[in-house]
Amino acid sequence: MLKDITLGQFFPGKSFLHKIDPRTKIISALLYIVAVFLCDSIMSFIILLVATLILIAMSGVPIKIIVKGLKPLIFILAFTTIYNVFFYKGDTPPLVHWKFITIYAEGLVFAVIMALRIICLLAGSSVLMTYTTSPIMLTDGIERLLSPLNKIKAPVHEFAMMMSIALRFIPTLVEETDKIMSAQKARGADFNSGGLIKRARALIPVLVPLFISAFRRASDLAVAMECRCYRGGSGRTRMTKTRFGARDAFLFIAILLLGTAIVLSNIYSYYFPIWLT
Amino acid sequence: MSVPFIKVEDLIFTYDDEDSIDKHYVLKNLSLEIEKGSFVCVLGHNGSGKSTFAKLLNMILSPDEGKIYIDGFDITNPDITEDDLFEIRRKVGMVFQNPDNQLVATIVEEDVAFGPENLGVEPSEIRRRVDSALETVGMSEYATHAPHRLSGGQKQRVAIAGIIAMQPECIIFDESTAMLDPQGRAEVMNTIAKLNSEQGITVIHITHNMDEAVKADRVVVINEGEIFLDGTPKEVFSNVEKLRRAGLDVPQVTELFYDLSHHGVDLPSDILCEEEGAEILSAWLKK
Repeated sequence: MLKDITLGQFFPGKSFLHKIDPRTKIISALLYIVAVFLCDSIMSFIILLVATLILIAMSGVPIKIIVKGLKPLIFILAFTTIYNVFFYKGDTPPLVHWKFITIYAEGLVFAVIMALRIICLLAGSSVLMTYTTSPIMLTDGIERLLSPLNKIKAPVHEFAMMMSIALRFIPTLVEETDKIMSAQKARGADFNSGGLIKRARALIPVLVPLFISAFRRASDLAVAMECRCYRGGSGRTRMTKTRFGARDAFLFIAILLLGTAIVLSNIYSYYFPIWLT
Repeated sequence: MSVPFIKVEDLIFTYDDEDSIDKHYVLKNLSLEIEKGSFVCVLGHNGSGKSTFAKLLNMILSPDEGKIYIDGFDITNPDITEDDLFEIRRKVGMVFQNPDNQLVATIVEEDVAFGPENLGVEPSEIRRRVDSALETVGMSEYATHAPHRLSGGQKQRVAIAGIIAMQPECIIFDESTAMLDPQGRAEVMNTIAKLNSEQGITVIHITHNMDEAVKADRVVVINEGEIFLDGTPKEVFSNVEKLRRAGLDVPQVTELFYDLSHHGVDLPSDILCEEEGAEILSAWLKK
C-alpha cells in the first residue's frame, strides 16, 4: 500500500504541454496561480474554468486521473464549503432561516467560488507542471531558471541534483520503512496503542535502522555515480535539449491573455448582467 | 601476443585492523592478466578480497603497492589526472550489488542517460545510445517507467543499460546477481553473456555462485587475498577437494558426479552442465 504513492505524479505522454520547456511551464504555472487569485467576478471564474479545461485537454491527462489527484483536497473543500454556506453573512434577506441556521444566497455563491478556486488552483498548476513534466525535467528547469545565481557562486547544480535524488529515493525509503516496521512488529513492537509520546517512542527502533541504511545507500550511490563519470555540473550535457520555441511563446501568450481577461472582467464586471457579478 | 586489456602486478591492499597493530591484508601480491573480449568469473567467499579487487580496477580504491594497467595505461601512476580517471571509468564500467542504490533518476531512460550526460555527449547521440542500450538489455518497453516499480532483475538490467550507454570496453559486475531471485539472476546472466558474445565487451563477473561461473571462459578463484585457482571452468572445478578446503563449493552437478565417481561408480568427474550430466546419468542408468 505504501508502495503505491505516486511522486511528482508524472503522467508520461507526448502532448502539447509535455513538449514545452520546463522553464516555460514553471513560469506559466506561477502566472496561472496569480491569475487564479485575481479572479473576483463570476465572469472571471467562467473564463478561468474554461481556460483550465483547455489546459487539461492540451495535457492529454485523463480527467479521471486529475479527479483522483484532487482527492486529498476533499477535507479542505468540504470545510471551506460548509464554512461559507453557513457562516457567510450577506446583505440580502437570507434564503433559509431556521432556528440557528441562516443561509444567504451570497454564501452559496461564495462557497462555490472558493471551491472552484481551490480546484482550479491545484488542477491547473499540476497539469502545467507535475503531470506533464518528469521530476528530472522539473529540477532541470529549476536549475536553469536559477542558473544566474551561479554568478554569486550559489551551488545551483548541486541543489537540483540533490532534489532529484531525494525524489528518486523517497519511494525506496518508504518501502524500507514498511519493511523495518514489519520486522519490528514481528518481534512484538507495538505502534498502534498508547498516547502520543508512547507512539513516538515506539518509532525510535524504526528510525535508527532507517537512518543507518539511508547513509549506506548514500555512500553506495556516491560510488556508483562516480563510476558513471559524474563530476558535477561542468561539462555535462542533457539528453533532452530544451529550447524556447513557438510552443513556449504560445503558452506564454495564452497565460498572459488569461490574466488580462481576468483582470478586465473584474474591472468591467458591471457591464455584465447583475447575476454575473 | 597482444597487450592484455587489464594487467595487474603484485597488488597489495591493506587496511588498519582495529583489534591489532598489524595491518589486515585484503590482497597480497595479486598478479593477473585479462585478455580483451574475455569473460572472466572471479570467485571467492566473503572477505576473500574479490570485491576489493574489483574496486581497484577503476580506482575507486587505490592499492598500497603494485601496478594496474588498463589498456596499457598505468592507473596507479601518482601523477594521474582527473581526466585520465574519467577516461578509465568510461572504459571500465561497473555494476554493483544493490540495484536500488545505483539508479539516480526517477525515469528509466533518464537514468540510462546519466552516464553519457556526464561524459558530455551530444543530446541526439545520447538519445540514440539510450535507445540502443535499453534495446540490448530488453527493457525498451519500460523506458518511461519509474525504477521503483520494476523487479530486481529489471532494475539491474537498467543499471547495465546505464553502463552500456557509456560505451565501455569492459564491464565489472560486482556481485550484481547476489540480491536477485532465480529469475532475475537468469535475466541478468543472459544479458551479461550477450554483451560478451555479441558486443565483444570484456566481462569480469564477481560472484560466489558457482553455477554462474560455469558460463565463463575463465574462472579465477581468490582466497585470502591470493589467486587460488585460475583456468577454464572445467580445470578449476576438477579441484573439488581443494575448493572444499578453501570453503568453496563446486556446481551441484559437478559435486554429484565427483562423489559418484569417488564411490567407485564409473562416471566422469568433470561434468559442469546440468543437461550434459542428465544425459550421461540416464544413459548409465539404462545400462
